[in-house]
Amino acid sequence: MARRKGHTWRWTEMLATALLLLLAVPAWLGTGTGAPAPRELRVGIVTFLSGPAAAPFGIPARNAAELLVEALNAGRVPAPYTQRGVAGVPVRAIYVDEAGGAEKQVAEFRRLVLDERVDLVIGYISSADCLAVAPVAEELRALLVMFDCGTNQIFEERAYRYVFRTHGHQILDSVGAARYILRLRPNLATIAGINQNYAWGQDSWSAFRDAVLKLKPGVRVVTEQFPRLFAGEYSAEISALQAQRPEVVHTSFWGGDLESFLIQSLPRGLYSQSTLVLTTGDTVLPRLGRDMPPGVVVGARGPHGALAPNTGLNRWFKNAYTERFQVRPVYPAYHLAQAVLGVKTAYERAQARSGGWPTREQVIAAFEGITFETPSGPIRMALGRGHQAIEPVAYGVTSRYNAATKEYDLARVIVFPAECVNPPEGMTSAEWIARGFPQARCP
Amino acid sequence: MSTAITIAVDGLVFASWLFLVSVGLTLIYGVLRILNIAHGSLYALGAYSAATLVIAWSGRDLWPGGTLLALLVAGAVVGVAAGPLIERGVLRWTYGRDPVLQLLVTFALFLILEDAVKLLWGTSPYYAYQPYRLLGQVAVGPVVYPGYSFLLLGVAVAAGVALWLFLARSRFGRLVVAVIHDPEMGTALGINLTRVYVLTFSLGAALAALGGAVTAPMISVVPGIAVEVIVVAFAVVVVGGLGSLPGAALGALLIGVVRAAAVHLFPAVELFTIYLVMAGVLWLRPQGLFGGVEARRL
Amino acid sequence: MNREASAVPPEAVPVARATGRPAAPAGRLLLLGLLAALLLLGWGLPRWLNFLLTLALAKGLVVLGLVLLMRAGLVSFGQGLFFAAAAYAAAFAIKLWGVREAFLLLPLGMAAAAALAVLTGLLAARYRAIFFAMLTLAFSMVLYGLLIKAYPLTGGSDGLRVAVPTVLGYAPDPQRARVLVYYLAVGAVAAAVSLVRRQAGSCFGYLTQAIRDNEVRVEYLGVPVRRAVLAVYLEGAVLAGAGGVLAALAVGHVDPNLAYWTTSGEFVFIALLGGAEGVLAPLAGAVLYEVVKAYAFKYTPYAWQMVMGLVMLPIILFLPSGLWAPLERRWLRVRE
Repeated sequence: MARRKGHTWRWTEMLATALLLLLAVPAWLGTGTGAPAPRELRVGIVTFLSGPAAAPFGIPARNAAELLVEALNAGRVPAPYTQRGVAGVPVRAIYVDEAGGAEKQVAEFRRLVLDERVDLVIGYISSADCLAVAPVAEELRALLVMFDCGTNQIFEERAYRYVFRTHGHQILDSVGAARYILRLRPNLATIAGINQNYAWGQDSWSAFRDAVLKLKPGVRVVTEQFPRLFAGEYSAEISALQAQRPEVVHTSFWGGDLESFLIQSLPRGLYSQSTLVLTTGDTVLPRLGRDMPPGVVVGARGPHGALAPNTGLNRWFKNAYTERFQVRPVYPAYHLAQAVLGVKTAYERAQARSGGWPTREQVIAAFEGITFETPSGPIRMALGRGHQAIEPVAYGVTSRYNAATKEYDLARVIVFPAECVNPPEGMTSAEWIARGFPQARCP
Repeated sequence: MSTAITIAVDGLVFASWLFLVSVGLTLIYGVLRILNIAHGSLYALGAYSAATLVIAWSGRDLWPGGTLLALLVAGAVVGVAAGPLIERGVLRWTYGRDPVLQLLVTFALFLILEDAVKLLWGTSPYYAYQPYRLLGQVAVGPVVYPGYSFLLLGVAVAAGVALWLFLARSRFGRLVVAVIHDPEMGTALGINLTRVYVLTFSLGAALAALGGAVTAPMISVVPGIAVEVIVVAFAVVVVGGLGSLPGAALGALLIGVVRAAAVHLFPAVELFTIYLVMAGVLWLRPQGLFGGVEARRL
Repeated sequence: MNREASAVPPEAVPVARATGRPAAPAGRLLLLGLLAALLLLGWGLPRWLNFLLTLALAKGLVVLGLVLLMRAGLVSFGQGLFFAAAAYAAAFAIKLWGVREAFLLLPLGMAAAAALAVLTGLLAARYRAIFFAMLTLAFSMVLYGLLIKAYPLTGGSDGLRVAVPTVLGYAPDPQRARVLVYYLAVGAVAAAVSLVRRQAGSCFGYLTQAIRDNEVRVEYLGVPVRRAVLAVYLEGAVLAGAGGVLAALAVGHVDPNLAYWTTSGEFVFIALLGGAEGVLAPLAGAVLYEVVKAYAFKYTPYAWQMVMGLVMLPIILFLPSGLWAPLERRWLRVRE
């Protein structure tokens, strides 16, 4: 043992000294923006590459990023994005795993900005990460474009200068679901919810429930189930839902939980007793294929995926993605596309105005309040003083299995315009719902 | 009244699932005195293996009942393959050391296996629901249960009884019990301790994998299922008493019924039920319901 | 027969030996030198490494408390309870009462941790070994559940923002505030280290080791063991609380994950990495851990957990007293 000890001492001593040296070597500080056009635009992309959120959200987003970056650099994206790269400069994406919790993500954001010296960061699916990282972006004066997290709090709590969000927040899912379900069942009497027991689930359910009660007072909530996130086993909850017999069951479940819930409830016939509303259902449509129950309301957190409009840009995006990844793009991929194309538009507009490579301030000025085209249709940065996007929302009902696309078709699709399902500038979502949706323009 | 029946049935179904996923843990602790955090990883390995086997079998238009057998096979294969590897390869170096050290070794194993599973099977989900659909439905009042839930109940009872018979009646089982009580005396009497340890660990691993295998048809098998199961299995085992088989059964029953009651009557507190039961039992009876009181050296 | 107690060879157990000197053999000069180096690094280091170091120091503080507990034979798998409680106390103080002064937030957090320690310690101090570990784990998970559930108050899984603190009335801009928080962390660690060193050489320090070795004999000697265990538990909690407040101020955000069992597991891992010998061991372990984690994340984003596990295994198996002890012995030529 003494001989082994001598041997390992030297090894660990070297390791420790090397690591201490690594700590002590100062690299240069600075988050300076370059002056003439840089060689490349370094973009940090933060999304879940491991863990349960990788397969439904993180990987599709990453795939979309890869696809777009390559296509942009090669000039293959159709109009109006035919210019190569971003304002002529090729894009280099640096991928970071969003796993590890908010504390880890704050450290990684700082590393991206201060050590990797990226020009901007596109990222964050988890609301906790968004909320933790946004103030750090302000502190470091680094441009952050959030592409997927659902919390409505970001721009309702305070104003940001360096932070943008290029997609609508979860209020549009919940209010849209409420309006849709009341169109589908105008004589609705009872609702129930089964949502994961954390902020996303709690927020989604509260907004949906309050919206329904506001639009049709007198509806009764028969049960509110909140199983643990990633519980996976829902037999007791399904029993409770069957016993209470609500007409509509709302769920904001996602990923493995949603699939497990559907797999477990299908043979028990829950979908035939109650109308299930799956606000993130688009992500499971291609995966469950034939095993998706019929008569289920499916959302895509906006006009994405199966509910995306049939434009030239969308056709190109869908085909390119499917050809490369053998599966059609789901809504997180669309969200990432919105972020990338928004950034591109902002940089190019800023460049056109300034004549040379724009500074960060000029990019921000150009980004605020713009409208730009995406595979999901036009996106307008209308809230949060031009930093928060609004978009329409679409819902449909699963009708028949389509052997060509290998998934269920959606019928009775209704698209609610952005002004119908997003609060107006200056009002928080909770206020907007409580006051009965002032200034909403619905068909 | 019908709510009470529903709670009872739900409690039993959940309890059988709990028992299957925790019995391996308590067995390993009982014999090797190691609290195996990698238990969750063995569960995940079982789930993924079962999913792979079921998907392969279903793709071939063979007798559908074979998918049920595939679950058992998956559990056995993982136990036989991973068990001796882990026990001889890693754990044997920790015998006789501080129990916390052993715990941390299993924690390191858990981290390694988490990513190993991800590297082997990728991050996409696996669906192996064919066995789940095989057995039709059973209506109990307004609630419809899949036949599979009752199969789960049957498997849990069968596993429990088989283990008990094995430990109480078979020759090897009695050797194991002897080793549980006094390993040194066992060696003195000529029992091959190494053989007992390897076989017991493999059995525990196979049980963990079986737990995962029978769960696979009910869920979408994704990365991350190991972490959730560890907490649940620990709670059951601690409540029942570490190392006790009837304890695991009773612990599973207690937690299962309490949780089912919470889901039907107070869904808001469902999240806490497991920890509250655990803290409550530990307060009243620190060694768990059936745990033996350990003597202390003076 | 109790297999655990009898089959543990002395050298496998990470405990400070009673050498007659204080249990932290690092010379006072070494400690002062390190303090000076840390103070200089505050200005010299690039900003993100500075942040990493602050976080490492905060966690090192928690692990210092954990090591004190380990010296008394108690391994807590629930230090996250106090870590999270203090962090949230600071966040509430800022949000609800508008307290922004760092020098107020720190004792506030520590007081919250102490209060929780008294509450839980009354139950936990009755248990040892694996049951103690399980009970502390259960407590921290209960807090986790509460934090997620009490969504309107605690922000649930989204957590709460921790605004930039003022230091002694001076309200700096965010970037300078981070540096000040770093110095606060250095100061807190320096204070903790000197207090722990003093305790290690005192009667109480030896008492905790005696409790680990043979608690029943200590009882027979007339010393109230339960009170001593409670005291150590309280110490561990207060140190964890201090670490929690510092981490919250550094990161600017608190969320329920601070109380999840994997956070507590991280602390135990760091304790193992550094070892339980010497006051610097936990801090060295924390720094090493943060650095390894950052680079594992950067270079192997798909397999960073495996990397951590592969790093852990050989250390546990071949260096049970941690990395620091052999280094320290080598550098200071302290013979065993």
